[in-house]
Amino acid sequence: MRLIKKVGGWFDDRLQLATPIRETMQHPVPRQTASWAYVFGSAALTVFGLQLVTGILLALLYVPSAGEAWNSLQILNHQVTLGWFIRALHGWGSNFMVAIVLIHMLQVFLFGAYKFPRELTWIVGILLLLLTLGMAFTGQVLRFDQDAYWGLGIGASIASRVPVLGPFIVNLLLGGPIIAGATLSRFFALHVFVIPGSLIAFVGLHLLLVLKLGINEWPMPGRIVRRATYVKEYHELTHRDGIPFVPGAVAKDLFFSGFILLCIAACAVYFGPFGPSGQPDPTIIQTAPRPDYFFLWLYAVLSLLPPSMETPALLIGPVIVLVVLLTLPFFSGEGEKSWKRRPIAVLTILLVAVALGTFTHLAGYAPWSPVMDAWSGEPIPAQYLKGRTALERQGALVFQAKQCHNCHALGGAGGERGPDLDRVAVALTQDQLIRQVIQGGGNMPAYGKNLSPAETTALVAFLETLRPAGQAPARDASRTAEFGARP
Amino acid sequence: MTLPDELSRRGMLMKLGILLNGAVGVILAVPIVRYILSPVIRQRRPGYESWLSLGPLAQFPEGETRLATYRNPVANPSDGETANIPCWVRRVDGEKFQVFAINCAHLGCPVRWFPQSGLFMCPCHGGVYYSDGSRASGPPERGLFEYHYKVEQAKLLIDAGQMPTTGAPTASLINISVGRPPCA
Repeated sequence: MRLIKKVGGWFDDRLQLATPIRETMQHPVPRQTASWAYVFGSAALTVFGLQLVTGILLALLYVPSAGEAWNSLQILNHQVTLGWFIRALHGWGSNFMVAIVLIHMLQVFLFGAYKFPRELTWIVGILLLLLTLGMAFTGQVLRFDQDAYWGLGIGASIASRVPVLGPFIVNLLLGGPIIAGATLSRFFALHVFVIPGSLIAFVGLHLLLVLKLGINEWPMPGRIVRRATYVKEYHELTHRDGIPFVPGAVAKDLFFSGFILLCIAACAVYFGPFGPSGQPDPTIIQTAPRPDYFFLWLYAVLSLLPPSMETPALLIGPVIVLVVLLTLPFFSGEGEKSWKRRPIAVLTILLVAVALGTFTHLAGYAPWSPVMDAWSGEPIPAQYLKGRTALERQGALVFQAKQCHNCHALGGAGGERGPDLDRVAVALTQDQLIRQVIQGGGNMPAYGKNLSPAETTALVAFLETLRPAGQAPARDASRTAEFGARP
Repeated sequence: MTLPDELSRRGMLMKLGILLNGAVGVILAVPIVRYILSPVIRQRRPGYESWLSLGPLAQFPEGETRLATYRNPVANPSDGETANIPCWVRRVDGEKFQVFAINCAHLGCPVRWFPQSGLFMCPCHGGVYYSDGSRASGPPERGLFEYHYKVEQAKLLIDAGQMPTTGAPTASLINISVGRPPCA
């Protein structure tokens, strides 16, 4: 013990850091901030540390070459002792990090922590959020599989829509004319050097600001932030009713960080590493690329936006969101901090959460995408074939052979691109069915050129049988009026 | 006696030092920026596209649409399989062809050909195209990207080398932006 003290003393005589470190640790914080609501920042920092360590461990074996990356991940998964576990930790760590950073941002927003004098802390925080999302996207690229390959294609296609500069940005992004070796190398450089370096620098700045300005006090309804008086009031609060950060407030941070690490490890063991999915060989086109969880909402938005709005929304939308986030502390720098007195803030959060949640949920089953193998993989339910005429059954065959099933569900199976057809005969008359099949319309391709008259007749005969028992088929009222009721 | 700061030897050296570092910064910045922009500079001159063969005409039966693949003309050894690019070849009749890029005109996912219904379908966001590449439905605003082609010595050649994207369909592609009315 005495030896440790002696060695410590020897170092501190030279470094002279013990006093400033002690002062930093013991700086007073408002008593109520020793709360479970204040643990997310430190948890994000802890997970970032985990990502740095596991990232370096993966870099020991990962080969950032378009021809080899996928193989090196297979080796990590299957041949290297516990390689799968390190990959799983890094993958789950990334998911947890994005989630915790978002929760941290939510807490900071609802507690009004971005208001005077912590504007710069918030702005640096927004940059950290962008860098974290950048890590998530570039990391998904380094898992160089089919999803990564086509995901890059989507990224390049979005970038290409920038007016005038689009084509150059695409070349710059891909490092050449196509997604290939240079693309992976530059995303490796971004993921391993550029973004982590920036993250470390900005995390340092973020922490420095928290120390200099003090942690945001627990917001009380009615306690108004004013530029003239806030700093003095905060100083009084921390010194009248403050506790030292260590050991007063750090305990919950410590516990929560450990708990999160445990959760990540548990997910890693239980669910295992993410992919890689199929080889990044563009000639294998039997693939349905999907983004990682945190970009699923974007995938849904890209599918659901009307075509004419897509490019403006893609190019202007992020700019607007970013400008709003960055300037928020300047048009709302004073006033109430408590979320109980800020209904618009709470409603905004709810709106964003419901929107993102809905889009993510939709992207989980992607009703806008044709089910590419439904025509060969999903049979027509037996009850739709029993007791039908030969012509109607022939129509069912046409329905399968012409891939109608890829976009239209029957009996709950098949694509959802178009309406399900279990009751189509109740809605459309024979004439309307023929017109719809031949001419298409309402987002349906026209099949006039690809169906013979005999096939059309059979198909429509089959479609006319699709109605629940006891419900009358659709009829053309004008025909009835003109020619009398059908016999 | 002390001289005013701007006249002192130390002040002079300080200014010279700042000037020197600024000049070196600019001298280094030019090659660094050119290095970073090399993919763009290369695209402008000499360009990425060239004529390449998709194989003998006999591979492509008349009236059918087949998947063909080629090795990208600009490729590095480390590119591996990523430099093998697929495309759809439709032989209309005789020496009349249509060669479509694999990439959906919406956001670049690989479209698949369904000969039974005569449609290209995209697995990502639900774009659908007719057999001649024109838009049938879904989010794409235009038809499939189409390569220029020529027939030489009984082989099919296309002018390719760059991934086509919505905003940069590249000069060598035929522009078929028509969303034709159904059944036209």
